[in-house]
Amino acid sequence: MLKRTIPLLITALAGAILIVAYFSPATTNWGEVVTDWMNTLAAVAFILGGGNLLFVNLEKISSRRAGWAYAAVTLLAFVVTLTFGIFKIGAVPNPQFPATPWAGDYESVRAPFGWVYEYVLSPLTATMFAMLAFYVASAAFRAFRAKNIEAILLLGTAFVILLGRTAAAGILTGWIPVDGPFAILRLDTLAVNIMQYVSTAGTRAVMMGIALGIAATSLRLILGLDRSYLVSD
Amino acid sequence: MDRRWIFLAMMLAVGTPILVQLRPTETAGPLSKATFDAIEAMPEGSRVLLAFDYDPASEGELQPMANAFVHHCASKGHRLAFLALWPLGAQKATETVDTILKPFHPEYKLGTDYCMLGYKAGNEGVIKVIVTTLLQQFPTDASGTPLQEVPMLKGVANIQAFDLIINISAGYPGAKEWAQYATSAYPDAFTLLVGTTGVQSNQLYPYYPGQMEGMLVAIKGAAEYEVLVNEKYGKTKAIAEAQAAMRKSSGIGESETQVPPVLQEGQRRMGPQLIAHLLMVSLIVLGNVVYFATRTKGATR
Amino acid sequence: MARLIHSSSLAYAFGFLATMLWQTPRTQGAMEVAPPPVIQLTAADKPGDDGRAIVLHWASAEGAPQILLSRTLGDEENTSLVREIRIAAAAAALAAGATPEAAEQAATDAEQAMSTNHELGWKFIGVASGTEGRLGFEVTDLPAAANGFRFRAIASRDGAQSAATETAASVVTEIAPLFASRIPLMVAVIVLTALIGWSVWMACRVRAPQLRKIAALNAIDEAVGRATEMGRSVLFVPGIQDMTDIQTVAGLTVLSRVARTTAEYDATLEVPTTRSLVMTAARETVQAAHFAVHRPESYRADLINYVTDEQFGYVAYVAGKMVREKPAACFYMGAFYAESLLFAETGNSVGAIQISGTAEPSQLPFFVAACDYTLIGEEFFAASAYLSGEPAQLGSIRGQDLGKLLAAACIVIGTLLATIGAFAPDGSAASAASWLVGALG
Repeated sequence: MLKRTIPLLITALAGAILIVAYFSPATTNWGEVVTDWMNTLAAVAFILGGGNLLFVNLEKISSRRAGWAYAAVTLLAFVVTLTFGIFKIGAVPNPQFPATPWAGDYESVRAPFGWVYEYVLSPLTATMFAMLAFYVASAAFRAFRAKNIEAILLLGTAFVILLGRTAAAGILTGWIPVDGPFAILRLDTLAVNIMQYVSTAGTRAVMMGIALGIAATSLRLILGLDRSYLVSD
Repeated sequence: MDRRWIFLAMMLAVGTPILVQLRPTETAGPLSKATFDAIEAMPEGSRVLLAFDYDPASEGELQPMANAFVHHCASKGHRLAFLALWPLGAQKATETVDTILKPFHPEYKLGTDYCMLGYKAGNEGVIKVIVTTLLQQFPTDASGTPLQEVPMLKGVANIQAFDLIINISAGYPGAKEWAQYATSAYPDAFTLLVGTTGVQSNQLYPYYPGQMEGMLVAIKGAAEYEVLVNEKYGKTKAIAEAQAAMRKSSGIGESETQVPPVLQEGQRRMGPQLIAHLLMVSLIVLGNVVYFATRTKGATR
Repeated sequence: MARLIHSSSLAYAFGFLATMLWQTPRTQGAMEVAPPPVIQLTAADKPGDDGRAIVLHWASAEGAPQILLSRTLGDEENTSLVREIRIAAAAAALAAGATPEAAEQAATDAEQAMSTNHELGWKFIGVASGTEGRLGFEVTDLPAAANGFRFRAIASRDGAQSAATETAASVVTEIAPLFASRIPLMVAVIVLTALIGWSVWMACRVRAPQLRKIAALNAIDEAVGRATEMGRSVLFVPGIQDMTDIQTVAGLTVLSRVARTTAEYDATLEVPTTRSLVMTAARETVQAAHFAVHRPESYRADLINYVTDEQFGYVAYVAGKMVREKPAACFYMGAFYAESLLFAETGNSVGAIQISGTAEPSQLPFFVAACDYTLIGEEFFAASAYLSGEPAQLGSIRGQDLGKLLAAACIVIGTLLATIGAFAPDGSAASAASWLVGALG
């Protein structure tokens, strides 16, 4: 009852309220109440998440499991950043209220929290993202094989887009007049046309299927047909 | 083949053009021209809202176009309001003001000619509200000054008072949401220009030219747009003075006749992109050669 | 009273003064000739909305590019204004040495004076162009006002302003039972729900539909079995969005099946999450799976943990874990962005069998290129029904397909109408096409 029926009722009720609230002005506030509850729960769950992070890493350190040093680094970074942010340590005072440092800008690079963002988080984030360049190359090397007609079409399209989005397009097909009857064969034009028409049409079809899939999944959850995420009573 | 060889080749493909300063010539395409023309068409003093919806991860792809947008708008004398729907976007906006607006447009004064609205949580919910009531989401600017006291926003009830919206977008919330909740909802009220990452562009093409008057796609779009902007505003008196001042204070800097490097970042990055794309084409060809060779060998056996 | 009018705390109420102070770019040296006033200013409640919008119409003379608009205050705004005027009057009186009783009287006098001052109690709402009056200018987000609103318009040109024009009477807004603009979508939802409901009923009563084989889902047992044989763990990544994203929920339904299989095989299942709520929901799901196969003792909550909300911080953690622990099977089911390829390539490099599913169109190519199996878009949402094998759930998939057929029919009809309409712009096909666009758009 507690673990299955009540959650099912909550799901059904919240789902139904959100649907009705979207269409009926008189019930818009109900939808906002449900959303507020969701946000409140998420905020409480965040404490749960922080606690879990501490627990898992402390446990790893205390039992000296493999990789415990990484856990120590994680904990240190977590505690230091949290302290800088929560206590606004070294916040740059607002010129209008110089006597109240807590009203200051703690996100400025002159404040420790802003400094951590600018000189630690930013470079690390950019580094992780930059690794995509390497992974794209190795994935392309492995995945693009002219095994059949469909694969050859995919391969050809990849070539056009890869070359059409660089100066290579001009070098290879720049001699074709822009206003001439064969302008469509210029690699840069071809790349834009593929993106704008062919790819867009495909994306729209996929999106429509996804939208219907979302609607059907939502209905299954609201109606209680799908209960796979619940513990049995 | 050990994929580390591929990684090494990619590192060389990206690193070498940077070292030898390879810079292929760019010609502006229709999308970049449409973007440039939309800003050019606005009368001097127009209000422009710049939404910086990206973070350091996509800075490499989007910062050059952010720089070019700000330089172009300031060169035209437009009044600029910066906001962000991404937490780290506000810092990107501040950085752009520091690197472009302050040195090359010293006449721009905070509050009068530009203002920083800062970051606002709430994703597309923020857009839905500010199209009708700006004060509800932004009672003050980023520094805590009440919005009514910001001179360039006097009398602005909502963002419909802006002549142009420029969105630099790396994902959600971003260009799609601005198109859906601003231009689609109020088609006559807004002109929207977008700068986007390559991976997201597929989902944005349907909105051009209906809900978006212009679109810069990835670093290629930024480079093309830079060519157009620099051709007209790359060597202004203020830029020459700024460079002279930089040279005087630090002993380094470009000569007065050159367009500053920060305004050519997009074009500079097209060199590595060209070689990296050629490498990928070569890798795909090589992969297929290996594939067919192995298959033929297998069939012979 | 003069002191009251200059009180900064009351500034917001002086809509009239605000419009007078409106800053517009002025032509230096140009003659400032006031434009003729706005005429025929009318206001009407916007039908079919939440009672927070009024549409204004007006006529303005040529060459009046800007119309400055104000409205009367809502109930709460008015109460707040009265309160501030009373406080300011009482404070001024006390500062001048008055007794508390005299200050109270001064406050009452100020309130009475306010009610007779027509220029007080206006709020500036924005600037419109002259032509917007013909098309209709929508004033939105209006607060509650029992007596309704009156509006005022002033034409402005080069800083010179006309006399104010006011609406003849107050307009009270009404809350409609339904949002008129959302009725087409509501009809679509009802039709789709009916189709799904009918299909579920048919599946339960008559015959459940047969679904084609989905290789990615059939491979779950193989992947977990391989991990068990190799003595390595199974990694499940439920995307990087919160429970508010339906993809995360769909991912957890697949997790349910994966967890059931790992529980049966006694394999280790690890679920690092990027949101606290997802961690809680994943724990419930995995625990439920262990109960379902009667192996509650093998459930370990500590293997389902929260990492960070930060996208690339999470990527670094998961990729590092893969490289160090070399899981034999990796599942990526949920909402993914730039990290999709980083996960899939790292998984590939450690030799894991990889199964992915997402409804993010921009990430599908990366998963298709780097994973062994991929659930594309709607397949991902059908996974739960497919894996359960329950007639009711399978029936919902048929309903979903019927909805797709309906959408396709609308596209074909719309395209035909628009094409015919392009050749005969005044014909009925063109009218039908524009009606369809209006109804569905």
